[in-house]
Amino acid sequence: MSDKVLMKGNEAIAEAAIQAGCRYFFGYPITPQNEIPEYMSKRMPKVGGVYLQAESEVAAINMVYGAAGAGARVMTSSSSPGISLKQEGISYIVGSDLPCVIVNIVRGGPGLGGIQPAQSDYFQAVKGGAHGDYHLVVLAPSSVQEAVDLMTDAFDIADMYRVPVMLLGDGMLGQMMEPVEFKEQKGRDLPSKEAWATTGTKGKRRKNVVNSLYIDPKELEDLNIKRFERYKQIEANELRYEMINCDDADIVLVAYGTTARVANSAMRSARSEGLKVGLIRPITLWPFPVEAFQKAVQTTKAFLAVEMSMGQMVEDVRMAINGAKPVHFYGRTGGMVPTPSAIIEELKKILGGER
Amino acid sequence: MNNTRLNIFVGHFGSGKTEIAINFAIHLKKYYNKVSIVDLDIVNPYFRTKDVTGILEHKGIKVIAPMFANTNVDIPALPAEIISLFQDKEYRVVFDVGGDDIGATALGRYYKYFANEKYQMFFVANMKRALTNNAGNTIELLREIEKKSRLKVSDLINNTNLSYSSTIEDLLKGQKVIEKISREIKVPIRYITGKHEILSQLPHDLKEKAFPLRLYLKMPWE
Repeated sequence: MSDKVLMKGNEAIAEAAIQAGCRYFFGYPITPQNEIPEYMSKRMPKVGGVYLQAESEVAAINMVYGAAGAGARVMTSSSSPGISLKQEGISYIVGSDLPCVIVNIVRGGPGLGGIQPAQSDYFQAVKGGAHGDYHLVVLAPSSVQEAVDLMTDAFDIADMYRVPVMLLGDGMLGQMMEPVEFKEQKGRDLPSKEAWATTGTKGKRRKNVVNSLYIDPKELEDLNIKRFERYKQIEANELRYEMINCDDADIVLVAYGTTARVANSAMRSARSEGLKVGLIRPITLWPFPVEAFQKAVQTTKAFLAVEMSMGQMVEDVRMAINGAKPVHFYGRTGGMVPTPSAIIEELKKILGGER
Repeated sequence: MNNTRLNIFVGHFGSGKTEIAINFAIHLKKYYNKVSIVDLDIVNPYFRTKDVTGILEHKGIKVIAPMFANTNVDIPALPAEIISLFQDKEYRVVFDVGGDDIGATALGRYYKYFANEKYQMFFVANMKRALTNNAGNTIELLREIEKKSRLKVSDLINNTNLSYSSTIEDLLKGQKVIEKISREIKVPIRYITGKHEILSQLPHDLKEKAFPLRLYLKMPWE
């Protein structure tokens, strides 16, 4: 029998986290990510880990703060309104330079919005949903297998640079089922947590302090500058993206997550009709893969960003292109999903106008 | 053809109940005038029987689903109309139940009707699902479903598959485990389900159990 199993995206994310060494999960239920805590509640006790349903999202993220401070591999998950509630805690975790993984399975918004899939939390994830100068590393898988493969990376990046990492998926990724394989993950050589984790001094070392309050403004500024030096390293080392058929493309589609699969399907149909269409799929949303656009902008005539939002990532596309070529946008919101035929129609409109 | 009026499909979430229930309802419609399918899923927010209402109604199958299914709210209220299917005995009814014991809880509400009429409860098993990958954990789930629904599983369905990566080898390995389950709990395997291309490779002695599926639930890029 092949080693593959059939899993829902949410379940696979949970299992991948466990296999990446995550032993602490704190969360609170919300559709469409409930299979993550559900799966964690069944599996964590079997691997000697801790699953705890907190009394709220605010409590859950602060439990993550505590466990991360003690050096644990820890994760929480939620969906849009729940992630909004976690923002204060996320800022404190950043301010204390602690590693953790946060999963957001995005649903329609704003407000309670709805339970159908969306990508309208891009700004919140990428531009800083909470207060203070900071970035989250944001990973956006487009298949269940990629979500699994990125989980080890998510925890490793978090530990390597002492930053929170967000896995951003939409409700469809969480709910869809695909065959997945859990490959042996090598993991990285990671720095020791001894210098900062509050694991108990046992009378043998000075105490470690987890803190995000600094009395001296200069000290706070120095820490912010040091943190941004680490962000520079992340930008240099952790960029991930995919470029398909961009070499001869007259127009390049830009899409991430499951929308990239709709865009890919539209690209293949458009190609069969003789339209030269390419696709850039950012996998890291922060750091944003600017270099992919710098390559594509040399040859292509225009870009079309497709999102399940009113237009959020498209702003980063425009900044990456920096006015060199027109950037168009097509989006659906509220839980509506773009179709390949609607994208092809947009492509034809743009290409028609170019002639 | 199956001659029990009430047909219930239960199993682990993601085992393939919905696709099988849809195909079963369409199959029943070839033999019976009045066929209805009930989307009794109170667990899943997406990818459910209600998605294909148009296709089913076009075939003359009555679809009853929670009124807020596939909307933006999470209110799994079951419509009163379901009761009419217990009263109008001319209907052949397919119940597509939500996954696991949690989904089966919805059946408990109709216990008094099932207690008064013969039913068949099909347990759908996909041995390629992570949490039901052996006889032990599958029987454990089956018993939980029986407890919550207060009904008894009458038939097993082998739906071992890996979606678009399915193979006959996986299906046959799944068959071995489900045969073991069948012997242990003394419940027969009624159907082996899958796409036609895969079922056509079944050995001769298993061919009579083959129930080929057409897949109706599609992703937006398919």
